[in-house]
Amino acid sequence: MRLTGAQIVWEMLHREGVEVVFGIPGGAIMHTYHPLSEYGIHHVLVRHEQGAAHAADGYARASGRVGVAIATSGPGATNLVTGIATAMMDSSPIVCITGQVASSLIGTDAFQETDITGITLPITKHNYLVTDVGDLASVIHEAFYLASHGRPGPVLIDLPKDVQQAETEFVPPESEVRLPGHAYIKAVDQTEAIARAAKLIDSSQRPVILAGHGVSMSKAESALREFAEMIDCPVTVTLLGKGGFPASHPLYLGMMGMHGDAQANNAIQEADLLIALGMRFDDRVTGDLSRYAPHARKVHIDMDAAELNKLIPVDVAVRADIKQALSTLIPLVTRRERPQWRTEFRDWLEDSRKVDVVHRPSNGRLTVPHLIDAMSTATGGKAIVVTDVGQHQMWAAQYYRFDHPNAFITSGGLGTMGFGLPAAIGAQMACPNAEVWAIVGDGGIQMTVQELATVVQEELPIKIALCDNGYLGMVRQWQEMFYDKNYESTHLANPDFVKLAEAYGIRAWRAKDLDGARSAIDEARKHSGPALIDFQVVGEGEGGNVYPMVPSGAALHEMIRRPHQTKVGER
Amino acid sequence: MKRTLIARVEDKPGVLNRVASLFRRRAFNIESLTVGHTEEPDVSRMTIVVDSTRTDAEKVAQNLQKLVNVIRVEDISELPAVTRDVALIKVETPDSRTRAELMQIVDTFRARVVDVGVETLIVEATGTEEKVDSLVDVLRPFGIVEMVRTGRVAMVRGKTTNKGEYK
Ligand SMILES: Cc1ncc(C[n+]2csc(CCOP(=O)(O)OP(=O)(O)O)c2C)c(N)n1
Ligand SMILES: [Mg+2]
Repeated sequence: MRLTGAQIVWEMLHREGVEVVFGIPGGAIMHTYHPLSEYGIHHVLVRHEQGAAHAADGYARASGRVGVAIATSGPGATNLVTGIATAMMDSSPIVCITGQVASSLIGTDAFQETDITGITLPITKHNYLVTDVGDLASVIHEAFYLASHGRPGPVLIDLPKDVQQAETEFVPPESEVRLPGHAYIKAVDQTEAIARAAKLIDSSQRPVILAGHGVSMSKAESALREFAEMIDCPVTVTLLGKGGFPASHPLYLGMMGMHGDAQANNAIQEADLLIALGMRFDDRVTGDLSRYAPHARKVHIDMDAAELNKLIPVDVAVRADIKQALSTLIPLVTRRERPQWRTEFRDWLEDSRKVDVVHRPSNGRLTVPHLIDAMSTATGGKAIVVTDVGQHQMWAAQYYRFDHPNAFITSGGLGTMGFGLPAAIGAQMACPNAEVWAIVGDGGIQMTVQELATVVQEELPIKIALCDNGYLGMVRQWQEMFYDKNYESTHLANPDFVKLAEAYGIRAWRAKDLDGARSAIDEARKHSGPALIDFQVVGEGEGGNVYPMVPSGAALHEMIRRPHQTKVGER
Repeated sequence: MKRTLIARVEDKPGVLNRVASLFRRRAFNIESLTVGHTEEPDVSRMTIVVDSTRTDAEKVAQNLQKLVNVIRVEDISELPAVTRDVALIKVETPDSRTRAELMQIVDTFRARVVDVGVETLIVEATGTEEKVDSLVDVLRPFGIVEMVRTGRVAMVRGKTTNKGEYK
């Protein structure tokens, strides 16, 4: 079968099981777009290439499959960069295909030429510049393999115009990829290390499990549950580990880290053993490293060997897939109960509950914790929640009760504002029947607000919860706490978001108090199409700051707790 | 302490760039890096020397191993190995007396004179870095006008090759 490079792209995407791609055409990629309709792959026309990369990422995270973004050369390709870096930091499997100027023009500063393989070298797992159409099919197959195997990540394929045009005999690549380096990464036996881990676990009195993104990536949720119950060990999760362990479980401690739950941070600081599963001791979860978990021995299981002993030296390092490691580990540990340790962390939990703002009256105002609590109740914790970055992101993590994996999609490692809306588009494309909520800030939504048009064009029933506090809230909180309340460049003079949504053809509501919020949530859920709610929330004072907070440079137990007495809205 | 890593890499365009980019991005401090062909047509070999007080060799190895085009990385610092550095050193020879003196030194170090010009000659020295260092020290008073060194290349003695399994 003779095919052009352009046809090979779609033929291969089809063979890789791709049903939907996100992109924007342009000069250097038009040739590839031309035969698209012959292949039955759905193309979502985004309004900015950053949106394409985030949507592919959201699609990947919601479905566990590879997301695909397509862009033209030059500005199209560079617009993908933020999205690629976001996917890299959060180990999300996406494949980006970019057009490139003709091979003969590469290196001549041709119109819309940019060295995108050079630019993305440090932010992709791997990338390719295809110069021979004969290589194209196997490159695409390898790209999908790399994106989704081992520690997942973004892969970019740069396709010069002449390669898209060239014709060749299409030979389907062998299903097994030939990557000589890969064999060495797979081949190491870890049973001895796992046996040592089991000994440490058996001899510990106050263990804590730290569950990261690796748990859900390896589909180890039920193994984790069995393991935790067997050794009667509390579980705390990272931001991306949310949903890896059910929030309703009695051993659940909540989230760890800078805006983690007090009981989780306390437990880590008091523990005599940390069992870290598929997480990487990011500075946002450890606080001051030199005073992190000072009494604890450490067992670290991760499939990326470069993460082991990277930031903290551990007693046992196991390079393995979490599910496989747990299946070896579980038969080696002794079933036991730890009633004393339980009482201790239950007390911390009770204490957290007492100071929690959602257990206090909202005082006629609306706070993000109250509204997310209401949303969690209304949706029964069953929605896919996609967030942007800022205070609302932390509150979404804290107050939405996640019992299911892959239901919380957020930019953790890079903290990319503008991620939420396009990632929600991807998630809704991946799960057409799911209820998808995008929880975004008034700052972040304006970074990719143009994707409202994509939502409408694709008729996606996404519900957008806009936490409108009139500020770049997270930055304002730091200014309040650490910069003498000097709110330099953080106040936002906003558009009328209800009118804005309506201008795009999206039904919109506004809510200013908790009752209003509850009924707006109900209305939005009843509405079959896309919906936006402009939640006018407390921007300052009590209810306007995320607690607890571990200031940068502090140890986890030095977190700032919520002031007790003030009423919502008061300072 | 200096540690020596050997990396076999696929001989593909941009591989050196990927390796260099990794060192820069991870703020690894590399003392020397050499690349060259091997007995296999599509495989190149890098010898990388790191000062382990400044950069953890294990981290370098683990990160290198993650690069798709890197076939195998091995830290050979603990193994018996032959290590060599090649230097070309251009030295001033204003008169025949210094020239004679130089020739003698070069002989003692089992180095070679590979070019003789009117006022300079080029010495080629092959040996461990320490040996080359001491030759350079002795030649310095004569006036070294130009020098180039390849940096360390290394190979483990005996039957072991670095095609086995990386741990
Ligand atoms: C692209 C980008 N630019 C800047 C920042 C720094 N930043 C982090 S949170 C934040 C404020 C976000 O404001 P908003 O979207 O209104 O959310 P809020 O914190 O108010 O909930 C900023 C500016 C960032 N994370 N990403
Ligand atoms: Mg805001």
